[in-house]
Amino acid sequence: MGSHGNDSLESSVKIPTIKFTKLFINGEFVDSISGKTFETIDPRTGEAIARIAEGDKEDVDLAVNAARHAFDNGPWPRLPGSERAKRMMKFADLIDQNVEELAALDTLDAGKLFSMGKAVDIPSSADTLRYYAGAADKIHGDVLKMSREFHAYTLHEPIGVVGHIIPWNFPSTLFFLKVSPALAAGCTMIVKPAEQTPLSALYYAHLAKLAGIPDGVLNVVTGFGPTAGAAICSHMDIDAVSFTGSTEVGRMVMKAAAESNLKVVSLELGGKSPLIIFDDADVDMAAQLALIGILFNKGEICVASSRVYVQEGIYDKLVKKLVEMAKAWVVGDPFDPKVQQGPQVDKEQFEKILTYIEHGKREGATLLTGGKPLALGGKGYYVEPTIFAEVKEDMLIAKDEIFGPVLALAKFKTIDEAIKRANSTRYGLAAGIVTKDLNVANTVSRSLRAGTIWINCYFAFGNDCPFGGYKMSGFGRDSGLEALHKYLQVKSVVTPLYNSPWL
Amino acid sequence: MTSHSNGNSDSFVKMPTIKFTKLFINGKFVDSISGKTFETIDPRTEEAITRVAEGDKEDIDLAVKAAREAFDNGPWPRLSGFDRGRIMMKFADLIDEHAEELAALDTIDAGKLFVEGKAGIPHSANMLRYYAGAADKIHGEVLKMSREFHAYTLREPIGVVGHIIPWNFPTAMFLGKVSPALAAGCTMVVKPAEQTPLSALYYAHLSKLAGIPDGVLNVATGFGPTAGAAISSHMDIDAVSFTGSTEVGREVMQAAAKSNLKTLSLELGGKSPLIIFDDADLDKAAELALLGILYNKGEICVASSRVFVQEGIYDEFVKKLLEKKKSWTVGDPFDPKVRQGPQIDKKQFDKILSYIEHGKREGATLLTGGKPLGHNKGYYIEPTVFTDVKEDMLIAKDEIFGPVMSLMKFKTIDEAIKKANNTTYGLAAGVMTKDLNVANTVSRSIRAGIIWINCYFAFDQDVPYGGYKMSGFGRDFGLDALYKYLQVKSVVTPIYNSPWL
Repeated sequence: MGSHGNDSLESSVKIPTIKFTKLFINGEFVDSISGKTFETIDPRTGEAIARIAEGDKEDVDLAVNAARHAFDNGPWPRLPGSERAKRMMKFADLIDQNVEELAALDTLDAGKLFSMGKAVDIPSSADTLRYYAGAADKIHGDVLKMSREFHAYTLHEPIGVVGHIIPWNFPSTLFFLKVSPALAAGCTMIVKPAEQTPLSALYYAHLAKLAGIPDGVLNVVTGFGPTAGAAICSHMDIDAVSFTGSTEVGRMVMKAAAESNLKVVSLELGGKSPLIIFDDADVDMAAQLALIGILFNKGEICVASSRVYVQEGIYDKLVKKLVEMAKAWVVGDPFDPKVQQGPQVDKEQFEKILTYIEHGKREGATLLTGGKPLALGGKGYYVEPTIFAEVKEDMLIAKDEIFGPVLALAKFKTIDEAIKRANSTRYGLAAGIVTKDLNVANTVSRSLRAGTIWINCYFAFGNDCPFGGYKMSGFGRDSGLEALHKYLQVKSVVTPLYNSPWL
Repeated sequence: MTSHSNGNSDSFVKMPTIKFTKLFINGKFVDSISGKTFETIDPRTEEAITRVAEGDKEDIDLAVKAAREAFDNGPWPRLSGFDRGRIMMKFADLIDEHAEELAALDTIDAGKLFVEGKAGIPHSANMLRYYAGAADKIHGEVLKMSREFHAYTLREPIGVVGHIIPWNFPTAMFLGKVSPALAAGCTMVVKPAEQTPLSALYYAHLSKLAGIPDGVLNVATGFGPTAGAAISSHMDIDAVSFTGSTEVGREVMQAAAKSNLKTLSLELGGKSPLIIFDDADLDKAAELALLGILYNKGEICVASSRVFVQEGIYDEFVKKLLEKKKSWTVGDPFDPKVRQGPQIDKKQFDKILSYIEHGKREGATLLTGGKPLGHNKGYYIEPTVFTDVKEDMLIAKDEIFGPVMSLMKFKTIDEAIKKANNTTYGLAAGVMTKDLNVANTVSRSIRAGIIWINCYFAFDQDVPYGGYKMSGFGRDFGLDALYKYLQVKSVVTPIYNSPWL
């Protein structure tokens, strides 16, 4: 049973007034054309925080018009990279200046830990902007080596108007992971934040304008997937769409892109990432990684290590430590600095997780701890840290992405067995390996079919480190210089040479 | 009036016997599971050359199984890049040794010029050599972390690839797609166009002789809606690379989305503009414009099907064009004097003629051509030029894929750029001018994947090639092409007591 923190916290933190609730199109906050609005809910209480403008196809059309004008005729793609960089740096500074308010918005909207937001999520979002600002004036083409007398080179040009469809689990991080490289490349864009988490996105739009990002370059249309999101995917004048979310919606995005104008697509989808712990691992360190791996951000992270394989030699010791740590894990109001796990993002997720927990019990896995919702003042979407053991790969809880604080634990004997079981999933987003042995680390990291392999660490992201899926976890990379590729296209220019000393 | 050559060509060349007509799966030539076969037609005579095995879903399943086994457990991805390179070099040598026979196959299958094929096939073999040389240089990177971590990327082969190849350049496209995928360490299933299965099966045979292990390179001949669709929607193919029409490109992408979200690259149609400025070398311009639309009988995605000539030289240009056209011979592609063979098949032939009728009805002026050639047999069409074409005419918007040019006049550079960009396509463009600044401005302004300045069709192994807008995405040729067949894996581990990051 997880412990929970005191839920009367409003006294120690100023809950922010919600300043921005309208669509941000062409540099202005405007109502949706239909005048409709929708509620955004506080998962601590299940109650509405505010009403936000609900964008639909006509609003997306307006936003695309603005972005298209800004791209085809406006200054942004025509500025030198260093000038784009200056404004992106200013933008980052403005974010740092408003850290507390932004962190509070994400806590209210998504149940994320306030202290983590202030220390990590928001500042690292600003740093992502800075990283790509630094790359903006270094986007090089190549001079090519022809085998006949020609001079040929490539230009890496901005692809044009981009649609970003952003999920609710890391509203700030994902906003900047997508927007930053697109800005650096000289693209213009429409961002559709998840309907669960519109607040910080609209605030960022406001800061973007203050930073000097020209009108029309960065538009934010809040709304729902089947309306605003679909309008982006099937828009005939959007050149590329970058989507992070579930595999099922990823399919729809790609399909809509194919049916409309064959826009370039990148997808970052779900995962069922394995963490493999070998006999020689340090038990405390491994247990810590396994715990954080599934409980960080209440399990609402695509790379959660939701399957943990422990070699039989340390299985009993490790599991004992793990269960101990899970029981001491503090679940409660995310504004409380003592709390380690806030509420799940909404009712739908909350119920889905509980359903999977029931499946786990019925499928015959052994429930070691947790397995129930937490009753915190009778409100909120809180779920106990839950660990199932003796999980088999054909169980639903081993196959499906649960996206909650539910761990599937299994024992293994040999390295080959571990590799085989770890790879037996249609996903391929991340994996972790805990071992001191160099050769085990090398063999296993080469053998796992996943886009990021963490050895003796987990969630070790870096601005320079590309991140994305193998197999049905998607394609395309966020972070690193790789991410720029999604927002650039290659133009080759060729012209004959005469009287040249050499090729 | 265009000249044409006598249709009796058998004296020119030893017609090849067709040696390979079955599916090539897991290192063996096999019948299709259904036993069905289909005819492949000679466009010079409209008659069947031979019957070839018709692959369908079950055959694709077998091929994918073989490719999956070869990838997951076989030697190919586990060899050093250098060793893969050596085998690919041997493959290239074997192609050179059989160039004449292969060229003859493409000539009877696709109506391509035999003389060009004899030179072009070794040129395509150089694509194999280019990627063979790249195979041991596929580097990841060591990354710069901002905390104490050691991190690097591996560029790993993506797995089992499906290649869906068109009929217009059966050899160049086969080798252009297969080579980077082989170099990367992938295994593959190739589906050649149903119009042109012959050389692909021969390449399969040569690949085995070269030492490409069983299951690495499979060739399943058949039709798009059956074999092609089976590839696009296969749950165990990791990536598909498609060159063909925009309409089929859509279907491929949808199938990929509905099945397993395989990665995709599409190289689609074009309506590429050639812009000729007043200061262009007139002679060269006329030659390039003619070649731009008539090369390979107009059956090339980058054909310069829209020609914009600045008003200052327009009249002179038209005179020069007609003059040069006189010596453009249409006829049997085995005849070394011929410069344009027959269109690939009846469907294309009918389609082109129908567009010519549209052009006339829409009010464009037919400058020359406009009719099929007065042969009894064969899909031959006269080189056709329309003038006074307006951009909203069908012949200015749609890709005709035949020897039909739309000629237009322009005044200013801005007008030229605007008109050139006024298309949903964005594959290639040509600019003819001596002025450095005009060349730079126009090449930067045209939204297309390859810009040729004072040249056209200037391809090369190191030059990436592909579309903007609805001409597709992903690049063939150059090192860029490798991306389609690789995926990036990041590996991260903490460092302790390091002198620096």
